[in-house]
Amino acid sequence: MSETLETKVLTANFDVANLDLIHVYESTGGYRSARKAALEMTPEQVVEELEASGLRGRGGAGFSMGKKASFIPKGSMDKFLCCNADESEPGTFKDRLLMQRNPHLLVEGVIIGAIAAGANRAFIFIRGEYSAQADILDAAVEQAYAEGYLGKGVFGSQTQVELVVHRGEGAYICGEESALLDALEGKRGNPRLKPPFPANQGLYQGPTLINNVETLCNTPIIIEKGAEWYRQYGVGNSTGTKMVSVSGNVQRPGNYEIELGITAREIVHGLAGGPLPGREIKCWFPGGSSAPVLLPEDLDRPYTFESMAEAGSMLGSGAIIVVDDSVPIVGVALRLAEFYRHESCGKCVPCREGTNWTVKMLERLDRGEATPMDIEIVAGVQENIIGNCLCVLGDSMAMPIGSMIKHFRPEFERHIEQARERADRAAAVGEFSAVELAQSAHAGPGVG
Amino acid sequence: MSAHMTGNGRTDRRLRPLGWDEAVDLEKPPASIPETSETEVPAELRARIEALMARYPDRRSAALPALDAAQRVHGWCSPEAIGQVAAVMRVTPAYLSSVATFYDMLRTEPLGRRYVYVCTSVACHLRNAKAVHEAISDEAREQGLEDCDIREFECLGACDMAPMASVDGRYVGPLDTSDAAELVAAIKENRDVLPGRGLTDAGYELPWAERGDQPPARPDGPPTPPDPSPA
Repeated sequence: MSETLETKVLTANFDVANLDLIHVYESTGGYRSARKAALEMTPEQVVEELEASGLRGRGGAGFSMGKKASFIPKGSMDKFLCCNADESEPGTFKDRLLMQRNPHLLVEGVIIGAIAAGANRAFIFIRGEYSAQADILDAAVEQAYAEGYLGKGVFGSQTQVELVVHRGEGAYICGEESALLDALEGKRGNPRLKPPFPANQGLYQGPTLINNVETLCNTPIIIEKGAEWYRQYGVGNSTGTKMVSVSGNVQRPGNYEIELGITAREIVHGLAGGPLPGREIKCWFPGGSSAPVLLPEDLDRPYTFESMAEAGSMLGSGAIIVVDDSVPIVGVALRLAEFYRHESCGKCVPCREGTNWTVKMLERLDRGEATPMDIEIVAGVQENIIGNCLCVLGDSMAMPIGSMIKHFRPEFERHIEQARERADRAAAVGEFSAVELAQSAHAGPGVG
Repeated sequence: MSAHMTGNGRTDRRLRPLGWDEAVDLEKPPASIPETSETEVPAELRARIEALMARYPDRRSAALPALDAAQRVHGWCSPEAIGQVAAVMRVTPAYLSSVATFYDMLRTEPLGRRYVYVCTSVACHLRNAKAVHEAISDEAREQGLEDCDIREFECLGACDMAPMASVDGRYVGPLDTSDAAELVAAIKENRDVLPGRGLTDAGYELPWAERGDQPPARPDGPPTPPDPSPA
């Protein structure tokens, strides 16, 4: 077997044909872990095993999954498990692959998660755009019900787990856990004030455990092979393998499963083939578009939760977006700001207004109507968004844009100057056309 | 319909008063929950919504999927569609329109039964997605494609096949501006859109994987972690 930079744990059986059929999945050892958790283990033992494995949330926050499950209060009330499959972070497409290729792994993970949390009702909240994947999940859930793996008395035990696949209708904010709960309750997806945290009062005011698809997909492997086995992968407090989605200006964009701790260079240059011939990397997002950008020299850092935080960014959802030197940074910042403006739910003022003003000012900068002082103002707006809202959507724009200004201030200044010169020239020859100006500005100031 | 396809869809829509953007008649009393006996609801839609409500502990949870079901029948979340959902779900039309206006995939204007969402978010932007969107919009105008909502969309979660588009929920990519003519013609003639290039098509491979361009082998076994001892 040739050893590659990939470490296939979650994706080990992805080559098996018809893995979405329950009998095929079971022939690869599927549902053994859920059966074990339901029949041979107490919920406390399941939580202990998950906590011991060091598994951290794969959706972005990186919080210990076992610890999160242990926060769910005991008692006989209705408790809920929500699987967050509203994967909308720009650059992230790992959950899509997991659900499409191995839907039963997620269903099994949901059963184990529900047992750990003592939840009798579970929901998979999948974004509406993933209609094909939602259909695949629906079919998998139906098969699992038919086999008695879901419903009353799973695997013949006393445990009840009802599972519904709920489709969203297109809103990034629903990936935020409390907004997801509101959307699931049939409302506009506005984040809630915390506390109370969902673990105490979540869906329908009941205790709720919310986990990402990839996190739950890890649980059957941990229960089957044990926390000790799982910990052999990874480094320090970043245990296990991670799906990374590499996109942008690389030769082989795609999903790769890696062991946490290999360097970012091995991922970007080794697995994804590096930038296109003749191009160099200008900057990269290590964890989705919400992560502050890092520079090429940071590529030699190990790809772990701790190391990315140390570099001033975050591992987030594990989505690496590579930007090469052909792309003007102002264009990237503007596109990013436009995204967050569109997706801001409008509940908190700093986010609603801040995203809007950032877009307006970056557009001005791009049109040549700004002065270098305006860069300060844009940076100041970002600082005033961070930490001032109910959720982190505003921060998710403020942090990467702040980091772009920090790392590329000379390019911003040059961009303003060149856009201004173009505007002046156009005005002088009497050919002033806003459309032409905008187009020439998008072509960028050129590098070097 | 062609007016919808010009320029930036999002800005245009804000300028045109259509559907829900019409001025409200303040003289009229606010709409209450429609009487079931006075509202005609297609039997199939009613059954679908009732089945959806039964899936949840609280019937309101069915709001999103129910509006989606009504949209499939009516082509958009028209006042009539919302009235029907409201009658079956026993909620006010205002509540449902508050929900419908929040979500991108629920259309509160009659923009077309079919849709093409062209992803123009960061990762696709880096691969020339704007040009693809423009090419498709131009082509739709030229070919006179009707009853189809063509718009820029935020990250669709398929950056590996960037630039890409979702045609009625089917992901196709990677796209090039030269694909626009065939894509639009296929929608217009009700054919399969770019067969073989959809994410869920049998045997679909990304172009670099198809070329056999595989990640390189690891030179000397697994990398040794710098600090294997847990903290």
